[in-house]
Amino acid sequence: MYKVMKGNEVTAYAAMLSSVDVIPAYPITPSTLFPEKISELIANGEMNATFIPTESEHSAISVAIGASASGSRVMTATASQGLAYMHEMLAIASGMRLPIVMAIGNRAISAPLNIWNDQQDSIDERNSGWIQLYAENNQEILDLTIAAFKISENEKVHLPVMICMDAFLLTHTMEAINIPDKKEVTDFIGKNTTNRIILDTEKPATLGSFASPEYYTEFRHQVTVAMEAANSVIFDIFSDFKKRFNRNYDVVEPYRLDDAELIFVSMGAVSGTIKDAVDVLREQGKKAGLLRLVAFRPFPSQQIKKYLSMDVKIAVIDRNVTPGYDGSVLYAELRSILYDSDFKPEIIDFIAGLGGRDMTIDDFIKIYTLAMEMNADSNHIVWEQLKPLGEDVS
Amino acid sequence: MIFNKGATITSTGNSIANETGSWRSMKPVIDYSKCIRCDICWTYCPDIAIDKVDGTSYSAPYSQLKKKKVPKINYTFCKGCGICVNECVSKAIDMIREEI
Repeated sequence: MYKVMKGNEVTAYAAMLSSVDVIPAYPITPSTLFPEKISELIANGEMNATFIPTESEHSAISVAIGASASGSRVMTATASQGLAYMHEMLAIASGMRLPIVMAIGNRAISAPLNIWNDQQDSIDERNSGWIQLYAENNQEILDLTIAAFKISENEKVHLPVMICMDAFLLTHTMEAINIPDKKEVTDFIGKNTTNRIILDTEKPATLGSFASPEYYTEFRHQVTVAMEAANSVIFDIFSDFKKRFNRNYDVVEPYRLDDAELIFVSMGAVSGTIKDAVDVLREQGKKAGLLRLVAFRPFPSQQIKKYLSMDVKIAVIDRNVTPGYDGSVLYAELRSILYDSDFKPEIIDFIAGLGGRDMTIDDFIKIYTLAMEMNADSNHIVWEQLKPLGEDVS
Repeated sequence: MIFNKGATITSTGNSIANETGSWRSMKPVIDYSKCIRCDICWTYCPDIAIDKVDGTSYSAPYSQLKKKKVPKINYTFCKGCGICVNECVSKAIDMIREEI
């Protein structure tokens, strides 16, 4: 069945299809439609779940942690400052190894106040122990969210998952979505068997207990091991997903990489625009390609090495800033893992599309031209479309 | 030590293994000649580090009280928080510096 839906509605539908038990949420732009749609689905009798409107994002994630700890299947959604407000609870969720799925409407971080799209909010939480998957379109939001429940409930993983979708570009954009039958989804994810120790009055337990210096390191290491295991678990679950729903995903998506001279690297909705730019460039005989990261945590190091360890130029599209470091996060991490590869490609960081600034096909064609003109002596950190200081921008 | 996933503990009563007495820098000491055996310190102790024991051999403000049980601080677990000192109605508990 096809339905035309906004990205936020898709996340709510995914929650319904995945038989989520508890949805604690506090609304924040651009994720507000999620709790709205959830309460509508419950009020209409289409969904059987407990919706808990909380007084803050901090409480929303705390309720999610409690509900997951007691064995429920849980989902919530937030963005930007809301995600930042959840920060201290995020590591508690992963440290207690709780399966939780959270939709992030990727939005810029204040100040200045800005409700539009970049990926600073979720990238800031890259050390929180949450798996992060970035969707390119609304169909992917649905598919990745459904898969996320299966990933996070996997015994080798037992980690919470963020489904990151770009603010407005996905959260508020309507697209035709192929919605699977609920039965198919239930068969795919399986029953919530709670294959873990939960809060149960019959079998009392302490979760996330005290760990003194003699023991703490080992628990942090376990989260890292689980994250590594997630890599292959995600691969298996995506393969199973393809068999059942005939849509193919991987932790990275290569696009027209054959004999490419310049490869864009990006995450999220902007990748769709880059694909169009690559098509235009290819028509002009210019050898461009794209490697899109679907998973950012766990970082798909092996796959990136496989595709990028060669004599090419790489243009990283970084939709985040890490002040005080030369270049942004995606650039830094990519460069770091390619350090010990056989071929070291020339990597250029384009800090672009911050706070909802539009990135068009023409912009990427310009980036291609600029990158191809660069040599080893050029400045490899480029602030795309940066207006000079003092210029009247009104 | 078993490193259970998510730092989970499934058995009960294991806080007894965590001897918190070593955290103490100040030590509460009961002057039984002032203690009226009201058990308020026993009620308030957040670590259940005050026991009630037979009082016949302890001094008391007046002899009838010797029939009652007396509070006795368990220094293996007392962290020296001083709540008992604060709550004691007859000012019978003193906080003294811990000597090694």
